[in-house]
Amino acid sequence: MTQETILGRGNMEGARLVRQWFEQLDATAKAGDPSAYVFVMGSFAEILRCFDLPVVFPEINSIQTAVRHVAHEMLNEAEDYGYSPDICGYVKADVSVQLRRGEHPMGRIPRPTLAVLTNACNTYIKWAEIWERMHGTRVFTLDVPGTRAAGRQSAPGSREFENDRRYVEGQIRELIGVCEELTGKRFDIDRLRQHLAWSNEMNGAWARILELNRTRPAVFNALTDGTIYLGVSNALRASEEGARYFRELAGELAYKKAQGIGTLSEETYRLVFVGVPCYPIFRRFNELFTEWGGSFVCSTYLWFASGGVNRGFQFDTDRPIESLAEGALLSVRDAMDSMFLNDRVIGEMIDEFAIDGVVYHPIKSCRTVSTGLADGRRALMEERDIPSLFIESDMMDRRVVSEAQMKNRADAFFEGLAARRQREAAASGG
Amino acid sequence: MAYAAGVDVGSTQTKAVVIDESGQIVGRALTDTGANVMAAAEKAFAMAVADASVDEEEVEFVIGTGYGRYKVTFGNAQVTEISCHARGAVHMFPKTRTVLDMGGQDTKAIRVGEHGEIGDFCMNDKCAAGTGRFLGAASTALEIPLGELGPTALRAERTVKISTTCTVFAESEILSWLGKGRKVEDILLGVHQSISSRSIGLLRRVGIEPEVTFTGGVAKNTGMIKTLEDGLGLKINVSPDSHYMGALGAALFSLDRIRASRAPARAGDK
Repeated sequence: MTQETILGRGNMEGARLVRQWFEQLDATAKAGDPSAYVFVMGSFAEILRCFDLPVVFPEINSIQTAVRHVAHEMLNEAEDYGYSPDICGYVKADVSVQLRRGEHPMGRIPRPTLAVLTNACNTYIKWAEIWERMHGTRVFTLDVPGTRAAGRQSAPGSREFENDRRYVEGQIRELIGVCEELTGKRFDIDRLRQHLAWSNEMNGAWARILELNRTRPAVFNALTDGTIYLGVSNALRASEEGARYFRELAGELAYKKAQGIGTLSEETYRLVFVGVPCYPIFRRFNELFTEWGGSFVCSTYLWFASGGVNRGFQFDTDRPIESLAEGALLSVRDAMDSMFLNDRVIGEMIDEFAIDGVVYHPIKSCRTVSTGLADGRRALMEERDIPSLFIESDMMDRRVVSEAQMKNRADAFFEGLAARRQREAAASGG
Repeated sequence: MAYAAGVDVGSTQTKAVVIDESGQIVGRALTDTGANVMAAAEKAFAMAVADASVDEEEVEFVIGTGYGRYKVTFGNAQVTEISCHARGAVHMFPKTRTVLDMGGQDTKAIRVGEHGEIGDFCMNDKCAAGTGRFLGAASTALEIPLGELGPTALRAERTVKISTTCTVFAESEILSWLGKGRKVEDILLGVHQSISSRSIGLLRRVGIEPEVTFTGGVAKNTGMIKTLEDGLGLKINVSPDSHYMGALGAALFSLDRIRASRAPARAGDK
């Protein structure tokens, strides 16, 4: 392998794999074969793959409409149909896809035979009800206990945790029964072991990759590159190709670290991104920061939108269903904590990643993820002397994305960071 | 004698300030921004230079600020109006720790340090509610010139509660109160209180620490000063040059650059 073949491989290969995944969904839709709709916070792909059910992520479908600049047409269509402008943009873009019989910029999306969701996001539950009404989709909701109790959840090894684990395990066994019924296929526990093994490889690599960015300069941009990795992490979860991709990605980024190759030629400020990206102007949003030498070295998005895979949880393939329940419990809770109660973990990140500033990006159409961000920021500010920027827009709806206003705020934020650095240099006699 | 200048290209008006080496304002000018932003910046700068009775060549550094700062093409650098208002306010009132800047289409709450550095800031988002535009709508609906809104509001006896925060809907609400026979001054006090209440909300988000300095074009409005002081429960600083605070801050940053360029090289510097 030469430097030329290693560098950028993760981004190119990630984009190729996501395109290929959409092509497979297109083929499924055209053949009229069954599919399972799942979400990023707890997809249970390991189970669904045992039944050869292609997984569809409506959240990723919606993101694709925003980055391909057609989301506004789809949001308007859903609003014309009767959905309020205040409703989640992901939901409305998906409603439009359903109304268009699966037509999507990346190909045709199959209709949902089964929808599997957790209680992680309150909108998931209402969203699945839409498919239930439109298509008669079978909806399976997994109740993961302790998802709103940061620091107070039951801990592994305790009797409470064992109770919680058994509760989730019971639901997974019920899901297996539903899949057998819908597909007419018998569950094969050895297949589950294999899918868990691939997930183990992906989980371990994901945790290592996030840690690699502690190096200076950062080896990947947590906002732009990270979102590509995230797409593969979700779409190819529990698959052989996914495991290979993450093995190679970890290798690429470790190579960059060893060679001192950063994502920016001059990394002046190291930043944390908190929230969901601004997909309607995805690249431009990032440039508002990189043009000042600001590099997003980590992001809570890479935690919660990976379903808590950042923990690097390793399934015990000798007791697959029990271990899957344990992993789901820990990972979904972790994803929730990083969305709702993130001030403590961001505080730790500031030290571990040598952070200069924190960028909060609340979004209009997701109150679930945005409510509480102001409180989280205030709590962090009380604990830590760290500059932060609170910049509001949306992840889907360009009608509430004002680039001029965002630039003004970002510029002022960096002026403040520069002045702070000058004062610190003067105080230290530099 | 060297001079420094700042040009603040705002959404409705463009302001320019020239200062001397001691930081004193020696020239100022204001003009409507209009559609030709570049021309407005040039005009304001030329007027301020003329007001200062200096030659343009004597102005060594010019910084553009405001939404049109990148249109100050004759300038040497750009700084956001957030940093500039903070800097200008602390220069005028050194004990300032909180700045409220109310302009034509945005309102900013800024927490500042002793040297005018930004601690935190917050602005109205994607909507002109609680800004000068809201007063503009009231001025149109009530047919009262902008300059008389404040004094008229201060003559109120029984305030009217304006519930809408939307600048467009404000006009229809004002008309409905007129239809109910309420006095113009009572309605206007309600308008001022509505804007003041939203602005205080922004200030609370950054944390209100005395002294509070009020800047921007709306700071000329006596009704707004009174309703803000009543709402905050403290006196606020207002300069006769409040309208020029952004341009002044930009001029002070220009002066920094001039001084830095003249600083003697230290031993070891190349």
